[in-house]
Amino acid sequence: MKILVNGAWRETRCAELARALEELGYGTSVVSTAVNGEFIAARERARTLLSDGDRLEVLAPMQGG
Amino acid sequence: MLQLYDAQLASRLMLGTARYPSPAVLADAVRAARAEVVTVSLRRESAGERAGQAFWSLIRELGVRVLPNTAGCHSVKEAVTTAHMAREVFGTAWIKLEVIGEDDTLQPDVFGLVDAARTLCAEGYEVFPYTTEDLVVAERLLAAGCRVLMPWGAPIGSGRGLNNLFGLKALRAHFAEVPLIIDAGLGVPSHAAQALELGFDAVLVNTAVAQARDPVQMARAFAQAIEAGLAAHEAGPIEPRDLAAPSSPLIGTAFRG
Repeated sequence: MKILVNGAWRETRCAELARALEELGYGTSVVSTAVNGEFIAARERARTLLSDGDRLEVLAPMQGG
Repeated sequence: MLQLYDAQLASRLMLGTARYPSPAVLADAVRAARAEVVTVSLRRESAGERAGQAFWSLIRELGVRVLPNTAGCHSVKEAVTTAHMAREVFGTAWIKLEVIGEDDTLQPDVFGLVDAARTLCAEGYEVFPYTTEDLVVAERLLAAGCRVLMPWGAPIGSGRGLNNLFGLKALRAHFAEVPLIIDAGLGVPSHAAQALELGFDAVLVNTAVAQARDPVQMARAFAQAIEAGLAAHEAGPIEPRDLAAPSSPLIGTAFRG
């Protein structure tokens, strides 16, 4: 299925958010996730299922003022 | 010591971490500033570059407390969701709450700010709201559960210093017991010294240090200015007056009478 990852369309075979993150290359990264604008805690990723067209945000620590 | 929620801090200078020429300069500037708190943000992570992971390693090595922000959020929903995400990644209940209302000045949307603060305080966050000097908004933020306020000095990154002295002095006088941190708009160390002289508890500086020709030297200069400003405030400055008052005693002046 196709999902929008940080604003870019990506293909993933995994519906589970946790596995999709691994497939997308975020396996060991410290990141926080939101699906369709809703925060999904790390402990919820294994039981969160993605659907075609979902918007996934993957955020990480960054410089800020 | 400065008390912010349950934390006791010796340093009155908080440092932003953006816009430095390199990570090494950032690290040196934090040390030179003797900052105990740095602000950080959350941004989209590219799986290939993993820039966020390197940055987070650097910050952890510095051993400072982090204050995550919600910079760039223009709605209550965005700010609250970003706060949730920040708490998980950074492992802190602290959040520097920004809800931007206007793009030219990056002025806070104070209505959205109060709404978001109410939600986050109820969820147990320790909220540092980026606000204006407006007294009524300050009252609402405190009623929402905030125990620290971060009024702007001037628009973010403008380097203009304390733009509205009357309003800021009124805020300081009106909320004598509330920790007030001047956030945004400072350009040079004398602005920071002035904030401390007026009784503000701390300042947060980013662009003025990061974009200086020598950020490390500028960080050191800000630290010195803050030390001077705090000492001056504690020493009790004189009141300005319109007419001259001779400093040398007049009694015994030669050639008189």
